[in-house]
Amino acid sequence: MENIITIEGVAKSYADHHVLQNLDLNIEKGECFTLLGPSGCGKTTLIRLLAGHEVPEAGKICIDNTVVTDSGTGEYIPPERRGLGIVFQDYAVWPHMTVYENIAYPLKIEKRPKEEINKLVMRMIEVVGMKGLDKRLPSELSGGQQQRVALTRALVADPSVMLLDEPLSNLDANLREEMRFKIKALQREFGITVLYVTHDQEVALAISDRIAIMDDKGYIRQIGTPYEIFEQPKDLFIFKFMGIANFLHIREEQGKYFVGTGMQPIPWEGPAGTAENWVVGFRPSDAQISRNGPALKGIIKRTNFLGDTMDYMIEIDGENMRTELETQQAINEGLMFTEGEECYISFRSLLWFDAAQLKEVESI
Amino acid sequence: MSSGTIKKDGGFGVAQLILLISIAVLVVFVAWPVILILFNAFFVNGEFNSLDFYRVLTDSETFKALTNSVLIASMTTIGSTIVGTFFAWLVTRTDLPYKTFMKSLFLVPFMLPSFIGALAWKMLLSPYSGYINRFFMETFGFTEPIFNIYSYVGISAVEVMYLFPFVFIQVCGALERMDPTLEESARISGAGLLTITRKITIPLVLPSIMSGALLIMLYSMAHFGTVAVLGIEQGIYNIPTLIYEKIHQSAGSFESIRTGTVLSTVLIVSAAIIIWGQQKILSRGHYQIIGGKSFRPMELKLRGLRYPLLIFCLAYIGFTIVLPTIVIFLVGGVATYGLPLTWKNLSLNNYKYVLFEYEVTRDAIFNSVTLGLAAALITMFTGVMISYVIVKMKVRGKGILEFLGMLPFSVPGSVIALGVILAWSGQFGINIYNTIWIILVSYIARYMAFSLKANSAALEQVHDSLMEASRSCGASMWQSLNNIVVPLVRPGMISAFFLIFLPALRELTVSIMLYAPTTRTIGVAIYTLNEDGETVMSTALAGVALIIIVVGQSLINHFTKKAGE
Repeated sequence: MENIITIEGVAKSYADHHVLQNLDLNIEKGECFTLLGPSGCGKTTLIRLLAGHEVPEAGKICIDNTVVTDSGTGEYIPPERRGLGIVFQDYAVWPHMTVYENIAYPLKIEKRPKEEINKLVMRMIEVVGMKGLDKRLPSELSGGQQQRVALTRALVADPSVMLLDEPLSNLDANLREEMRFKIKALQREFGITVLYVTHDQEVALAISDRIAIMDDKGYIRQIGTPYEIFEQPKDLFIFKFMGIANFLHIREEQGKYFVGTGMQPIPWEGPAGTAENWVVGFRPSDAQISRNGPALKGIIKRTNFLGDTMDYMIEIDGENMRTELETQQAINEGLMFTEGEECYISFRSLLWFDAAQLKEVESI
Repeated sequence: MSSGTIKKDGGFGVAQLILLISIAVLVVFVAWPVILILFNAFFVNGEFNSLDFYRVLTDSETFKALTNSVLIASMTTIGSTIVGTFFAWLVTRTDLPYKTFMKSLFLVPFMLPSFIGALAWKMLLSPYSGYINRFFMETFGFTEPIFNIYSYVGISAVEVMYLFPFVFIQVCGALERMDPTLEESARISGAGLLTITRKITIPLVLPSIMSGALLIMLYSMAHFGTVAVLGIEQGIYNIPTLIYEKIHQSAGSFESIRTGTVLSTVLIVSAAIIIWGQQKILSRGHYQIIGGKSFRPMELKLRGLRYPLLIFCLAYIGFTIVLPTIVIFLVGGVATYGLPLTWKNLSLNNYKYVLFEYEVTRDAIFNSVTLGLAAALITMFTGVMISYVIVKMKVRGKGILEFLGMLPFSVPGSVIALGVILAWSGQFGINIYNTIWIILVSYIARYMAFSLKANSAALEQVHDSLMEASRSCGASMWQSLNNIVVPLVRPGMISAFFLIFLPALRELTVSIMLYAPTTRTIGVAIYTLNEDGETVMSTALAGVALIIIVVGQSLINHFTKKAGE
């Protein structure tokens, strides 16, 4: 696949704070690429660099085979000539223009004929499901509708790439889901490249062809398909960032691996590589609970009825973990535990990590 | 995609050009006059001489003016703070009847120029000819006037009447925005109303009270009108009136200019200290405890005091606003000052005369209107440009502009007038002294602060992403400014226009120092006619000015309300 965006060795800092350092990233034509990372990690800075609202201190950015910024030669193309569509987190819909005027603006600037503008804008308004709202002012629209105006405005002039900066974070959960599908559908329909920036792993998994995980220091930890990122995380940071995670400290004695302070060996293949201390990580859904062994024996510390699911906190030889299972299944299989009862834990999936990393990612 | 490139660094772009123009405007109109004042205050014959500065400062006349300024300002500040805080508390935290209406009534004194108020009080309470004093002496046989307005207390009292809204507005705002849960939680903890007021409410609104009080202090120290009308006859001078007297009487002799610059330096320094103190107070905690949301604050039940307090408020307004205004219009209607104010003696002749026939007043009205329009337009446009650079642009060297932008806020009117005389009367190649242009130049300097404030506030509302979105839609910087930023800050520009135009119409402090026989403004004409004993003409013109001001203010309110919708 051809790269539409190439970023080489880009660095950017504000005052003394290095936001991005020596960043390399390639985005392929036609894909929906998500940059996923915690708040304040430099995702928005990257978008602003791409759009031309900021200039990097080092490095080079090419869009569509054109150098748009190169700190080596001082080359810089201003935002209006980069041919991008951008959707901002706060919508940035112009409050003094109607829906129609907002969407028509990029075309007017291009000096397209009036009739063409009219046809195109009305069609786009229909595509995004806002028919009949074209004469409204943004103040008369809901948050989701304003977001759709912003999206349409970014899309209407047929940009080479769409940059979306946390476009859904100000919407409520239902709208977020609806807009998520809408964005994906529009991307497919118009066949454009999308760079999507978010801290919400659920959205990222749902819409992306590829995901890049950025850590809080602005480094990219892993790039891969949603499946790869979720199932084969390269390190503990990614594993923890992608969802609720359990960690059990493992003690090694003469080539055997025991959970916590006890004498129960962990029922899983040993780790590859070297580390001073190990932890195993797994998602609550990857731990299976039962009344009989053979498996790791633990004690139910706390039960939590969440409606659809039962949530248990279990202690195994000094280590705590959480697991959940569907309430219906728990009833059918006699797995409604009470606090203080014994239980047995086995695993569907388990990952080994260097325990030293755990400290590093505590704050996430 | 186009392949054109623009060099960002090292080149001389549009941004740098706008920055340079902005800096030039502030330097020419504000910084340069101030520098000249400081230079003339500290340098004698081109040599630095702080001993001479000290000599001028401790000269008995100058020193008296200094202490007078401080004394009058202190009394005014204390009085206004008490009055303003009390009324603010009454209209926000009690169940006083017609609260909203009363609140807007307490803002009316803002509209009344204080020197016109002083004029009215002179007619009411001057020792032997004032209507009230005469009434008491004639009716009740008092041998002494009951109150002499030509006194420190008199001057301060008049200033309090027209300045207390500064504190009133600030405290009202703070009391309205204060999170009532702070008080409620104290109440739940068992604190009584007095304890809550003392331990919670007052500490929370104290920054606002202090900030309003400092504003009044600053205003009063540099205030010309009231002291000029009520003080000069008794030999009571404060800093601005002494500067005026010096410059006016000695026609710009070296010694009087030096005295003027030394006094101006004192004003500049005190203004700088006061503004610094105010920002310190405001930045410390003020906004942390007071949220932006509107709450329903706790209200004290006044019970039996509700109507007595309402009557008290109405009486206060009646006495300080309605009575002086009526006196102005009545005296403006009699043929000669001193005639009894009966129906028979009243006519519209004076009003007709000042509006259409009397050359001095006709010129004055024309001058004030054109000066006000020109100053408002120029200052509005340059102000929006300068604010844009300060609030929105990222260019190197912006720090200088931010510093210069603070300057107009801290330079009092009489200082500007003196600085403008130093800068524009020929020493530097341009002589516009004694022309209307020098007044225009000084108005621009004087009102730049208003424009910067209104436009900055409007620009801060325009989020950066609106402009960036436009750029990314393919619009150039100019197109984006024109299509997005200008329409969105238009309400701010309009309000800046009126914020300048209306005060400029009634301006006195600056114009009195700069007028020539043909370049009188309304304020100057009212003041000089009164000095020359043409009291009825002066008052009739004051009446006309009041009508213009009230109509203009209603227009502002109409526009700003529209913009707020």
